[in-house]
Amino acid sequence: MNAQLIIDASFLAAAFLFIYGLKRMSSPVTAASGIRVAGLGMLVAVLASFLYVFNVNEAAKPHLMVNAALGAVALAIGLGWAWTSGKKVEMTAMPQMVALYNGMGGGAAAAIGAVELFRTSAVHTIVPLVVTIIGSLIGAISLSGSVIAWAKLDGRINGVWRFTGLQMMNGTFFVATLALGLYIAFGAEGHAPVWMTASFFLLALIFGVLMTMPIGGADMPVVISLYNAFTGLAVGFEGFVLQNPALMIAGMVVGSAGTLLTLLMAKAMNRSVSNVIFSNFGATGTEEQGEIKGSMKPVDAGDAGINMRYSSKIIIAPGYGLAVAQAQHKLYEFVKLCQEAGVDVKFAIHPVAGRMPGHMNVLLAEAGVPYDIIYDMEDINGEFKEADVAIVIGANDTVNPAARTNKSSPIYGMPILNVDHAKQVYVVKRGQGKGYSGVENELFFADNTNMVYGDAQKVLVQMIQAVKSLDGGH
Amino acid sequence: MLTGFIALYIFMLAAFTGYEIIGRVPSILHTPLMSGSNFVHGIVVVGALFALLNATSVTEQVIGFVGVLLGAGNAAGGYVVTERMLQMFKSSDKKKA
Repeated sequence: MNAQLIIDASFLAAAFLFIYGLKRMSSPVTAASGIRVAGLGMLVAVLASFLYVFNVNEAAKPHLMVNAALGAVALAIGLGWAWTSGKKVEMTAMPQMVALYNGMGGGAAAAIGAVELFRTSAVHTIVPLVVTIIGSLIGAISLSGSVIAWAKLDGRINGVWRFTGLQMMNGTFFVATLALGLYIAFGAEGHAPVWMTASFFLLALIFGVLMTMPIGGADMPVVISLYNAFTGLAVGFEGFVLQNPALMIAGMVVGSAGTLLTLLMAKAMNRSVSNVIFSNFGATGTEEQGEIKGSMKPVDAGDAGINMRYSSKIIIAPGYGLAVAQAQHKLYEFVKLCQEAGVDVKFAIHPVAGRMPGHMNVLLAEAGVPYDIIYDMEDINGEFKEADVAIVIGANDTVNPAARTNKSSPIYGMPILNVDHAKQVYVVKRGQGKGYSGVENELFFADNTNMVYGDAQKVLVQMIQAVKSLDGGH
Repeated sequence: MLTGFIALYIFMLAAFTGYEIIGRVPSILHTPLMSGSNFVHGIVVVGALFALLNATSVTEQVIGFVGVLLGAGNAAGGYVVTERMLQMFKSSDKKKA
């Protein structure tokens, strides 16, 4: 049947469009067109896959009408739900939404594996069987792990779930799951009883939960990225089982790209990936800190705003607190006022600011901040000493000088933004609390630091009003 | 048939491709790119559709149905979210024009 030829050609086109699209996405100038190119690839592949109806197995022919109807309904529901939820979601909630969609992909890969494994009538050869099982395992872990990541970022699960022996228990659990999977492949040769295959999937799903529960909210970016890579690998493996090169290529490209992204992110936090996943971050070392000299100096938001308006160079270091307060629009309004007054304003983004790498860039972009005044840490760190004012909004650990000097600090060695090198530092902060790491921040006590307490949005409104009334009076 | 070494060649070349694409990306694009690669593995919906169309028992039909549903969600959600994010990236030159 010629249908197979059309399917094959379409998948080739899709693989090309995916890679070309991702390539275009890697520069800010062409990025927006990149996603459309990749989207076109997806459209081609999905439309072509409808031609599968001409090529089903003999055994499945009597069920074809039902199966096709089920497929259309499932597509419509999945597409409709994801499309509307994706359009609605706030930019600040984007990381958890990506986690959720990613988990769905992992679940779909596991489902492909499950269909293969439950088809006990089929004749299985050992290589595809092992690949099916590994793909299913990774996909199922990605599904349940991503759902936990989503729930944590969405604030549905709070706190961190830890006890001694937890890692031991998780390790045992994983080994048991893997052993069961291998038994299904080598022992039962793919003809395992239904309860056994079902328990394999159940164990894999539970392991995903166990693995994610002990990881804190601030480490979720690395975890989401890791699960993204997991889903890619699972899709690639199931693509091999189905003899579908489009799945193999797309899955493996994402698998390797996601792995690299995960490593880059972990490196930006000066930690290894295994450290993120297995260590109890912040549980040790917080008590050995020396006393910090000096005191925090609170100042009025309006005064701070006027002071900034009369400076000549400002660098802003935003953190997740800015996103929580939804203050990015107000911040840009203030920045524009300063720019009109002739102040040179730049943004400095720490690699792990926000809840995903680059999350801050997205939030600033949402507010309309042009990307060419937003700088990466390495590019701007040398400039802080020339800045009159550094503004820290909703950031804490990423600007803590203890990372440079205090060897006993849990964040020692993490690269930080050198805001303390600026002539004056303003820290906009809700209260006197510590950062995620639980470390006191000596920056707040420094002589050149002023604290502006309050919700970031309210503080910025006061700053804007102060500057406006000043300029209006002239 | 894509067996043995042919499959390994495909995996190897695809892995290098992914590595090369991400390796040179400025970190401001990390979030959209993670979301974009999340969209790309939504291609899994095609595999799930294949599995569902070839289902011969109710168990397979139920699992296949769930698979297509989840895969479609991955693809559609990944696309919408990535497109929305990338729409926002503007340079100051364009704004003046």
